[in-house]
Amino acid sequence: MLRRYRGLAAEGVLGLNKRNGDYILKFNPRHLYPLVDDKLRTKHLALRAGIAVPELYGVMETQRDIRRLPEIVKDHPEFALKPAHGSAGDGIVVIAGRSAGRYRTISGALLDEEFLSHHLSNAINGQFSLGGVPDVVIVEYMVRFSALFERISFQGVPDVRVIVFRGYPIMAMVRLPTRSSNGKANLHQGAVGAGIDLASGVTLDGVIGTQVVTQHPDTTHSIAGLQINDWNTILDISARCYELTGLGYIGVDIVLDRDLGPLVLELNARPGLAIQIANRQGLLRRLHICEQRADFNAPAAQRIEFAKREFQHPVGPIIDTAAVEVAVA
Amino acid sequence: MNNRHIYSLSVILTVLSLALFFYKAHVLGFPVAPQEQTQIWTVEAAVSFTPGPAAMKATLRIPGLTPGYSLMDENFVSRGFGLTTRSAPAGREAVWAVREASGPQTVYYRALVYKDPQRQVEDTTPPFPEFPELDEPSKIALEGLIADVRRQSADVASFTTELLRRISQGETDPYIRLFLNRTDTPADRAHLATIFLAGAQIPARIAHGVLLRDRAGAVQPEVLLEVHDGVEWLYFNPVTLQQGLPEDFLIWWRGDEKLAEIEGGSTLGVTLAVQQSLLDSILIAERRAEQRGSHSAEFSLFSLPIATQAVYSVLLMIPIGALVIMILRNFVGIKTFGTFMPVLVALAFRETRLLWGVTLFAVIVSLGLLIRFYLEKLRLLLVPRLTCVLTVVVLLMAGISVFSHRLGLQPGLSIALFPMVIISMTIERMSIVWEERGAAEAIQEGVGSLVVAAIAYLVMEIAWLEHIIFVFPELLFLVIAATLLVGRYTGYRLLELRRFKALMPREGEA
Repeated sequence: MLRRYRGLAAEGVLGLNKRNGDYILKFNPRHLYPLVDDKLRTKHLALRAGIAVPELYGVMETQRDIRRLPEIVKDHPEFALKPAHGSAGDGIVVIAGRSAGRYRTISGALLDEEFLSHHLSNAINGQFSLGGVPDVVIVEYMVRFSALFERISFQGVPDVRVIVFRGYPIMAMVRLPTRSSNGKANLHQGAVGAGIDLASGVTLDGVIGTQVVTQHPDTTHSIAGLQINDWNTILDISARCYELTGLGYIGVDIVLDRDLGPLVLELNARPGLAIQIANRQGLLRRLHICEQRADFNAPAAQRIEFAKREFQHPVGPIIDTAAVEVAVA
Repeated sequence: MNNRHIYSLSVILTVLSLALFFYKAHVLGFPVAPQEQTQIWTVEAAVSFTPGPAAMKATLRIPGLTPGYSLMDENFVSRGFGLTTRSAPAGREAVWAVREASGPQTVYYRALVYKDPQRQVEDTTPPFPEFPELDEPSKIALEGLIADVRRQSADVASFTTELLRRISQGETDPYIRLFLNRTDTPADRAHLATIFLAGAQIPARIAHGVLLRDRAGAVQPEVLLEVHDGVEWLYFNPVTLQQGLPEDFLIWWRGDEKLAEIEGGSTLGVTLAVQQSLLDSILIAERRAEQRGSHSAEFSLFSLPIATQAVYSVLLMIPIGALVIMILRNFVGIKTFGTFMPVLVALAFRETRLLWGVTLFAVIVSLGLLIRFYLEKLRLLLVPRLTCVLTVVVLLMAGISVFSHRLGLQPGLSIALFPMVIISMTIERMSIVWEERGAAEAIQEGVGSLVVAAIAYLVMEIAWLEHIIFVFPELLFLVIAATLLVGRYTGYRLLELRRFKALMPREGEA
């Protein structure tokens, strides 16, 4: 046991206690939390800074507003409903269309008006928010994810998570929904996490739980070796999210929209540690490299250069993305 | 807040806590083990007499300087008599006086004493005694005897022993024979020894006392010879020649006087009785603290009413339960519903006992979950739904109590102590986790909470721990010190070692 403890320490693996004690408590001032805990505020901040986010259709703040839903989504057959304070993807419903007066979710289930109202009312009452405080529900653009990940995800929206330490992107992964995660890009619900080489934006092997997988369990396609589109934009957005909030240790969740490119979904002030397993690299080592060598006043472009240089990953052969797109089409 | 600040703060708290603990445990004698009892003795003197026609006065010597023992309480039972106590050469005296009384009378003196090794003689060094007044032949014999004994001894102790040995030989010793003219009681021998010792310029006196035995009943006063060697008093048994104060010997009075005297009355009789009993050590410690002028007992939890004390003996264990949870969460990494929910459940286990507690908890939560899933279908708003679940939980508890009572299962009744609000919230949160993250995670977290509660219960149930925290609440500073240290523990949790197994450096690679 002691050997394993030393082994992990030598690999620079970040534990929960250290993440909380040495990074979150130190670099994330409590008064800035509302900026990221409230997805609505994050959205407004991002818009002001010129960072692309899914378009906001409307907000439901009271029980009465629930009745306005049909009006809000009048011109949008597809949309997503999110509790503004929801954590870990709880309470999110993605509607991909309507049939016979009912809403069809992205996973194909049909929800009637009543069910949806109940869900929204729960969300407004705070069922999904931390501490059960009353919440608001955001109605926004449903991301149509880029074909890139189509072969290696099961329904749902795959997203890219980048850990940003004081403006420096230090680690990234892509989260791929599976059948057992019910189409959610949530690692502890069974989604696949695959590390990404920061320098090139090419995916590595994935993990489910703590198990390394080379193929997506549902589509059986190989996970590693995928070049992510607009990687530089993703890094740029992530790095700039630091200036957006002032939080020193955040997880930036980005989706790749087919038409709009990378969009920031949300920011997380307490990002999980599973990203280390997905990258098979400890976060602590990279944090130390940053703390020792990085200039924390540098502009975003310079920070990205640093990250690409320092956090280059040994990666496998690169799959031709053009071929992938052709195959998907 | 740097780490050094935290370390010094926790060191200060630890030192403070331990210092208070040791002061109370060793100086004031608060018991470290639960239900510790200290032997105490009730010593009683019954003085009976027949008053004369006029005013009368009865004097009784009462314990004053009692090396090895402390007086906890004393009282006098004497209706119709005027009572005064005063210091006297013999120690202390109680004087009963009455102007007129008829018929035989009995007055009582009663004292509670307990062993107190810290109590030693607080006597001053006596002056050198004057040479006894004797006729010429006796004086010569005395000087001869002293010279003889001095030759065979090295110091005051051996001098006294040798002297007492010769006295006990009595008739066969040529010098002693001159002095032995009366009946030979231990008191006479001791008295004789004081005369010889006075001749040798050694201060000595007779100590009368009783042996505190564990059987109850009347006792006879016994005699010890006290000899001062210039530094301290030494004790000798005039009959057995043993040196030292016997452990169970309570010195009652000193000197040549009788135990009791009467003026203006007759047929004086005194009986002494001793009875041993056990008393809670805490009472004695409090009493001792009082005598020393320490306020630690006045401001301790023992000054509270008994019912409040009972509440605090439970409340003080909550930090211990929380400490257990802190360790299980931050060192081991077990997930629970709600941070301190397991402590409250563990508190309920105190009444139900572990097995029943776990069973009842599991039953209530599972039934509650079933109801909760049904309510989900009705699509109630959050707060009404929570209220509904709470009501159902209360009804379930009442139902289980009634049902188990019918079956004659007593433990089922104690379910009433379960924290129902907490259970309702647990049910709500569990059902949300169930829906959002799947049954496996919900059950895992539920079982985790239960395991943590059980461990917290087992720790909080240690009777010794409960006692020691209640008697020495300052030990909770240690808990605070521990939280400060754990609060800065940034190492891995035990379960993380398994979680990050894949990140271990591969064999042969490093």
